[in-house]
Amino acid sequence: MASTRLEGRAHRFEPNDDINTDYIISGRYKFKIGDMQELAKHVMEDIDPDFAQKVDSGDFIVAGRNFGCGSSREQAPRALKAAGVAAIIARSYARIFYRNSFNIGLPLITCETDWIEDGERLAIDLGNGKVIGLDGGGNAEFSPLPLTMRILLEDGGLIPHIKKHGGFSLERGEV
Amino acid sequence: MGGKTIAEKVLSDRSTSDCHAGDIVVAAVDYCMAQDGTSKLMIEELENLGFERARTKSGMAVVLDHSAPSPSAEVSRIHGEIRRFSKECEVELHDVGEGVCHQVIPESGKIRPGDLVVGADSHTCTYGALNLCSTGLGSADVAAAAFTGKLWFRVPETYRVNISGSVGERTGPKDLILTLIGMMGADGATYKSIEFVGDAIRTIGMDGRMTMANMVVEMGAKFGPFQFDDVTADWYDSIGMKIDNGVESDADAVYEREVDIDASDVVPKVAAPHRVDNVRDVADCEGIEVNQAFLGTCTNGRLSDLMSAAKILKGKRVHENVRFIVAPASRRILAEAVRSGAFGTLIESGAIVVAPGCGPCVGTHAGVPSDGDNVISTANRNFMGRMGNNSNVSIYLASPETVVASALNGHITDPRGL
Repeated sequence: MASTRLEGRAHRFEPNDDINTDYIISGRYKFKIGDMQELAKHVMEDIDPDFAQKVDSGDFIVAGRNFGCGSSREQAPRALKAAGVAAIIARSYARIFYRNSFNIGLPLITCETDWIEDGERLAIDLGNGKVIGLDGGGNAEFSPLPLTMRILLEDGGLIPHIKKHGGFSLERGEV
Repeated sequence: MGGKTIAEKVLSDRSTSDCHAGDIVVAAVDYCMAQDGTSKLMIEELENLGFERARTKSGMAVVLDHSAPSPSAEVSRIHGEIRRFSKECEVELHDVGEGVCHQVIPESGKIRPGDLVVGADSHTCTYGALNLCSTGLGSADVAAAAFTGKLWFRVPETYRVNISGSVGERTGPKDLILTLIGMMGADGATYKSIEFVGDAIRTIGMDGRMTMANMVVEMGAKFGPFQFDDVTADWYDSIGMKIDNGVESDADAVYEREVDIDASDVVPKVAAPHRVDNVRDVADCEGIEVNQAFLGTCTNGRLSDLMSAAKILKGKRVHENVRFIVAPASRRILAEAVRSGAFGTLIESGAIVVAPGCGPCVGTHAGVPSDGDNVISTANRNFMGRMGNNSNVSIYLASPETVVASALNGHITDPRGL
């Protein structure tokens, strides 16, 4: 984990704050489509109809405050992951989305994001807690992920964690 | 350490530890549930784990309410899988037509004051009205709770919201909670537990308390517990359960923040497009044309909501340009509204009745708006595209009184002026 570095392109949206799970994946799709690859074709559609075409595997979503507010639909982080999104970088997250993302193995980075341009290439250094702009030169630091979240990510998500340990094992030392 | 809040008490008890805000605990979960939009992923996870029976103390339920009855073959297949799962694993099934999960779960008598409840639906916080801690989670978390009987929680800090005074005519719980959300913002209470106290709260019945607890997630909160009192005991009595006491916060409990609202200052409110925290006085939106009005949902589809609406509509007909859709929150409520005569009044006023359940709230069926429509609704979310159409549709959220007053006039109307 300490050496994990992710590289990809930033995608920004309007609105920047309070991007809710209806915008991530609309109820008109998620109630009838169970296949995440199919759902991924509609991800972010209500605020950016071209997003599914534009996104490349390994890219990042970049946003302001309270990303993922609204409904509890786990299809939101799953469809983003299926579309190729490797991490989300935002100033803050809604509670349920935060848990859901780590539960399904999608890392969320919390830091200042105003400096990041749409389309900019970024590197995330998970071990050292840094987001680095590869085109412009801006950067931001972030605090290490909470231990609980690191354990879940390390185990590949919540259900793999339960399977591996036969229950919860969240009180380990360093991960 | 000072005393404890309701959240700290419930999580201490269920984790058999002495925990305070900020701690991470693994706590025993009393009850869990999922609905037809979230069950499929949960069932896949459970099958992956080799699930046989729920280990949560009082069991588990699945509720078919979001697309019910099914509008398509795809949804019918998902409903079929959920029915098969419920039979094989002895999970309680509330099939199509029984009502919205957040009404049928309380009615089922499976959750009690002091409980810790999780559900794969963000409005699971509704049950805080019953003096317990409940919260919405994703499908994997609920699967983990069902499989192990436990779940990890970060113990939340608590905001105490003290509502004094009393509300005026045709102003009610929806206006109070919209006022609070407008003050706090969409992330103003992220991760927090909200305890509601004060003179105004004591006079609010269980239906109104559920309206308020339902919407705490719209400011990011995790729990929305009310105190236990005669209203709680009487409500349990009405479903045939005798419960004499609940969980109380200590007099010296530590609150991160205290918010005071004088109910006598609160006026009818709307949440204007496209944000729940875009709260304005109805008076400031008066005159905006309305094409569809919706009375129902886990926020405002209960008996007192239908009765307040019927009182205003008695002997009148809604405006000819307005489609007035009504979805009672449960079959039990529908039956009571029929018996009381309120339902007849709604139908005679021009109501289009859809099955007890979520109705058109989440855009799956039963009243998708047309391009450019303005909708006034008693629901809890007004995001772009929420009701199934993103072509210039505007959704305004308001109380049952404001919704029917607007349906009568064909434009947004302050119910006090009728």
